[in-house]
Amino acid sequence: MRRRSLLRGGALAGAGVVAGAAAGASVARGDDTPVAAPSFTTGTGVIPFHGVRQAGVTTEPPAHAAFVAFTLPGGTDRRALGRMMRLLSDDAHRLTRGEPALGDTDAPLAVLPARLTITFGFGPGLYRAAGETAPVRDLPAFKIDRLEKRWSGGDLLLQICADDPLTVTHAQRMLIKDTRPFAAVRWVQTGFRRSPGMHEPGFTQRNVMGQLDGTANPTGDVMDNAVWAADGSSQLVVRRIRAEMEKWDLLSVTDKENSVGRRMDTGAPFTGVKEHDEPDFAALDSTGLPVMPDYAHVTRAHVTDPALKILRRPYNYDGVPNAAGHPDSGLVFASYQADIERQYVPIQRRLADKDLLNEWITPIGSAVFAVPPGCAADGWIGERVLG
Amino acid sequence: MQTLARRSFALAALATLSVTTLSACGGTSAETAAPAPTATSAPAGALSIKDPWVKAADKGMTAAFGTLVNNTDKDVTVVRVASPASPMELHEMAMDDGKMVMRPKEGGFVVKAKANHELGPGGDHLMLMNPSAPIKPGDEVQFTLTLSDGSTIPFSAVAKPFAGAGESYAPSGVPSMAGM
Repeated sequence: MRRRSLLRGGALAGAGVVAGAAAGASVARGDDTPVAAPSFTTGTGVIPFHGVRQAGVTTEPPAHAAFVAFTLPGGTDRRALGRMMRLLSDDAHRLTRGEPALGDTDAPLAVLPARLTITFGFGPGLYRAAGETAPVRDLPAFKIDRLEKRWSGGDLLLQICADDPLTVTHAQRMLIKDTRPFAAVRWVQTGFRRSPGMHEPGFTQRNVMGQLDGTANPTGDVMDNAVWAADGSSQLVVRRIRAEMEKWDLLSVTDKENSVGRRMDTGAPFTGVKEHDEPDFAALDSTGLPVMPDYAHVTRAHVTDPALKILRRPYNYDGVPNAAGHPDSGLVFASYQADIERQYVPIQRRLADKDLLNEWITPIGSAVFAVPPGCAADGWIGERVLG
Repeated sequence: MQTLARRSFALAALATLSVTTLSACGGTSAETAAPAPTATSAPAGALSIKDPWVKAADKGMTAAFGTLVNNTDKDVTVVRVASPASPMELHEMAMDDGKMVMRPKEGGFVVKAKANHELGPGGDHLMLMNPSAPIKPGDEVQFTLTLSDGSTIPFSAVAKPFAGAGESYAPSGVPSMAGM
């Protein structure tokens, strides 16, 4: 509904007729036409930083993200790590409330948090530096991997998410400034999903290949049980997955659907009509073959045991096309699970072994991180490991 | 998800650092845990300090900052600052021979009744003249403010990496020199 045309065309521009205006407040204009002041709520959303579990994991994903990985220099000790995490926890607490960090040189950029979350992950190297046993280790090599060092590994990860890219940029700048006395930036991967207001919360995002991405995600108690350990910790896999768009473009819609086992438009499995219909892997077609092909992505990735599910929290990336116009696009795949070895690795083994979709996607980066529990208002992230 | 009132954001934008509340995650001993700008919980004394921090420095002079909050109906004067980390001075920034320099603040910092007094880069600050050891990012540094009535306010400030605040120092009676 276009508000202005409604008012102009309605010929009843008297005060108080601005029905349906979100904000309710009317603002007088020069032509005496009242115009409803719009309701700006995207910028002011706050997701609490403190808690038993870190924010930004089971939180509904905001539209924009930056994944920032760091490398610790040799000789880093746990005292330095503790100083670093105290500083970064304080920054994160302030920024997520829409307040500038201490010493923030551009304080006005901090005032609209837009559901900002800052989530910390510890790589295997951080535990080594702290003299602790790491709860995560690098993934095994998969035959489909074409990993590049510039997108792989990391001792510390910051996952910065918000519904506004400038908010993400400012938080990233502030957090990097406070991290760089302790560690070097290893890689940064930015990504995006649909903008706020595009869909109802809980929608399944589309990736750059046009697929609904994350339909099988667990929700509610199943999600909580799959994602969180009893102490409030979790584990994170970040994989950079290049979409081979030039090859993907050669496929018909039917071919695209066969690679996944879902309809491109609705996301419904071949055995259903709606996106969230449970696929029937036992169903056979008239020729006696499974309706859900054995080689399709959904078939290969399917998990029946709720405790073995993973929470996919991916973001799309879209870099600069090359001179030939070939895109640099794909997915910053991020999944959270209580135990990478038990939950993620078996799924990825099945996909690497036989997933038709592998023809059009290539993993080019990979990293694993433990996600320590959240902290109380008088605590800091990592205090139980480093304190 | 909570949605904050727009007004509080407007206030935050105007007052920038001065309305931020001291974060408990900083682990400082001077926590006031004020949840909102209006809820500053000053100690029984006349003065408190919000959001204190100190510029980390491997060597040489550096400075501490924060917001002095006077919750009383009378002006309060900070006449001295001390720290186990360094000899200290109260400093201001002033024009000297056409150049901004910092120098000792004559008469100390006067914090008006029911008002805030900002200590920040480019303005009044607490000067660490000669730290005895490097002040590393994330360190906690102890300070004690002394008021004109002799009462004292101890607080702890977290050290942050900070590129600015490289003001020139003009000690009394001495030509200005590069500082910090």
